[in-house]
Amino acid sequence: MTGSPSVGFRVFRAVFLLACVAFFALPLVAMLDFSTKIPATGERTFADWQALVTNDSLRESIIVSVELAVLTVAGMVLLLVPTMIWVRLRVPRATRLVEFLCLLPLTIPALVIVVGIKNVMAWVNYYIGDTPLALTFPYIILVLPFSYRAIDSALSAIDVKTLSEAARSLGAGWPTVFVRIVLPNIVGGVLGAATITVALVLGEFTFGSLLNYQTMPVEIAAIYKVQARAAVAAALASIILIAVLLMLLSYVSRDRRTREGRATA
Amino acid sequence: MALTATGSDTPTRTGRRLSVGPSLALLPFLVFVGIFLIIPTVTVIVQGFLENGRFSLSNIETLFTGTVMRALWKSVVLSASTALIGAVIGAIASYLVVSGNPDGLLRRGAVSLSGVLAQFGGVTLAFAWITTVGLGGMLQRALEAAFGYDVFGGSGWLYDMPGLILVYSYFQIPLMVIVFLPALNGLRPQWREAATNLGASTWQFWKEVGIPVLTPPFLASALLLFANAFAAYATAAILVSQGQIILPLMIRAALTSEVVLGQQNLAFALALEMVVVVAVVMWVYNWYLKRAARWLQ
Repeated sequence: MTGSPSVGFRVFRAVFLLACVAFFALPLVAMLDFSTKIPATGERTFADWQALVTNDSLRESIIVSVELAVLTVAGMVLLLVPTMIWVRLRVPRATRLVEFLCLLPLTIPALVIVVGIKNVMAWVNYYIGDTPLALTFPYIILVLPFSYRAIDSALSAIDVKTLSEAARSLGAGWPTVFVRIVLPNIVGGVLGAATITVALVLGEFTFGSLLNYQTMPVEIAAIYKVQARAAVAAALASIILIAVLLMLLSYVSRDRRTREGRATA
Repeated sequence: MALTATGSDTPTRTGRRLSVGPSLALLPFLVFVGIFLIIPTVTVIVQGFLENGRFSLSNIETLFTGTVMRALWKSVVLSASTALIGAVIGAIASYLVVSGNPDGLLRRGAVSLSGVLAQFGGVTLAFAWITTVGLGGMLQRALEAAFGYDVFGGSGWLYDMPGLILVYSYFQIPLMVIVFLPALNGLRPQWREAATNLGASTWQFWKEVGIPVLTPPFLASALLLFANAFAAYATAAILVSQGQIILPLMIRAALTSEVVLGQQNLAFALALEMVVVVAVVMWVYNWYLKRAARWLQ
């Protein structure tokens, strides 16, 4: 940390970090290798990647997962954003409670919620029918901690109270304050929350499989037994998409942090 | 309540009505969380103590039988070993990453990548390792070609404890980097300079300053990793399609089995056991983190 490190240290650092890169990259390369190779002849083929669109059940499950992602984002934003703004503006004494509830899913494993949610889901299915989109509700719970953090840091960066008082004194109603004053100022945080929500929903397996809904990861696991290469191709495709989303998120949030850093400096 | 709120610190325009009125706007959120998080959790806790609708300890007693205790023990071994592996390798990697340029490309790339890899799990992760070290996997074939025999000795180990430890490490190490990296920022370069000025060697600096300062955040992070592995389900479920070697897989068996009557109750008891373990670990983690934070302002 001081001056320039010794040669031995540099060599150790390079070797160690390269070993890490190999450890993390190798399984991904192996998936690509497996999904494009016919074992008997060693030929390369991308035929199994086409299963993403040509395999009916796989395509349907992808659509289900994308729909779930969109609905979960919409539900999360509608539920969380107004609540969090309102807490800051009018009920600050509820701050700790809302934070506690939002972070609670980190302490209660998804598997535990699945075990206890049967009656609640039966009730949901009674009202909206037996559709995989019912998963939207528990998924909103799953993404609460991550979404809360993203939106909270965006809200902390602006003076919600002054903004809303200024708007109110100029005659704005509450809907105007929420949609036209506060929301445009926290759009980065909301986008961050939406990104991590999409990433989590697309990869979610526990709820989907144990509640017997054919979401993308569940379907991928199912077709592995009959079409191993197509399944691995789909799994790799999904993780690439999720990785791109999460990388995007880290860049968005870093930009925001550096901007805030400059603003306070 | 309404009366006491009128004299509160914030100047209110419309008087006492406000103290209850604004809180009502939180109802949708509270009701939603109540239905989809609190009710399921309370259901698990209550049902764990019920048998045929009556209070009973029979489910809890089942938790102390041989099979369940073995699964719990294996879960603890899996979580502890991957927490240790993840914590040690992750801590070293974090240090090596920041010892370069603290704001450089290496660090930024490592943080972004760790964010992605720590979320990696379930179907994709299981497939990734099956296609690497499983029978006919890329590394397995390469090593067999190089040494002339199957180095891994078949692939049975991948679908058992050793495989789970290897595969879990894949998301534990990046998680460690994410949670431990900020703690390294607390280790000020000035301390190192001061120590060097006073004649301390590198070893002495680490022994007297570095390691004591970093121990609390290190242990706290390791606890978080433990809870993370203990609660994980998807990866193990794909890798071990049959069998119930660890607690989450035993819950799956109890939940999906419709043959044995009363298994549903066992699922509640097992889930209760899981939530208790994770909650205790997370509670200690939070408590420890607060203590650790004193040093790293």
